[in-house]
Amino acid sequence: MPTVHVRYFAALREALGPQEAVELPAGSTVGALRERLRARGGRHAELLAAGRPVRAALNQAVCGDDAELPDGAEVAFFPPVTGG
Amino acid sequence: MAPPRVRIQTADFDLSAELAALRDGDLGVGAVASFVGTVRERGHPTDGEPVQVLELEHYPGMTETSIEAMIDAAAARFDIRGARVVHRVGRLLPGDQIVLVAVASAHRGQAFQACEFIMDYLKTQAPFWKKETTPSGARWVDARVADDEALARWGIEAGNAAGR
Repeated sequence: MPTVHVRYFAALREALGPQEAVELPAGSTVGALRERLRARGGRHAELLAAGRPVRAALNQAVCGDDAELPDGAEVAFFPPVTGG
Repeated sequence: MAPPRVRIQTADFDLSAELAALRDGDLGVGAVASFVGTVRERGHPTDGEPVQVLELEHYPGMTETSIEAMIDAAAARFDIRGARVVHRVGRLLPGDQIVLVAVASAHRGQAFQACEFIMDYLKTQAPFWKKETTPSGARWVDARVADDEALARWGIEAGNAAGR
């Protein structure tokens, strides 16, 4: 199965760790990855709960949940940004 | 080689040196506009507890790429001759400089507008996160709808504070 590299930032990083590798069926989307992480329960379910404002980036560009994940992709989940 | 247009660093920056480097002998420049963001002692709400430390986290790689794209967007929209963005990360204290946006152009109008455009874009789209420590403890700063509205003035939907 294809593997994607998941990274977390800010409050998600503190709760879930900075990164992990996740195996997914070929053709999976960012939304499917969210579901899979949520299904673990615990802090993953809490921090990635539907309705929580968690943005995603695929290979370092902001993306929607319908984005398909190529093998080896880097996917990041993070809260709304607050720089400047 | 031209210096990079975007720098992310823990070190402080010197406004005069940055503006001189931006102009770099370009005699077509007639206007340089700059914005410097600094750490306020009172965040939001402004009557809240004093901020003792502000920590800035970012997404290395994506930060630089996204701000480069913002400068490209500014160059496509406004008649500018150059732009620089310096953003600090790590541990900052009240009064410290956080961010510099500087734009050079032939005339002031385009420089002012492009500077504000880049800053509005950066606030809602560049992957930085602020965590402030007050006497009550540390907390991640919430994104503000007002920042999304600032970008909307340029006809760009931010969708940051408002969620996905």
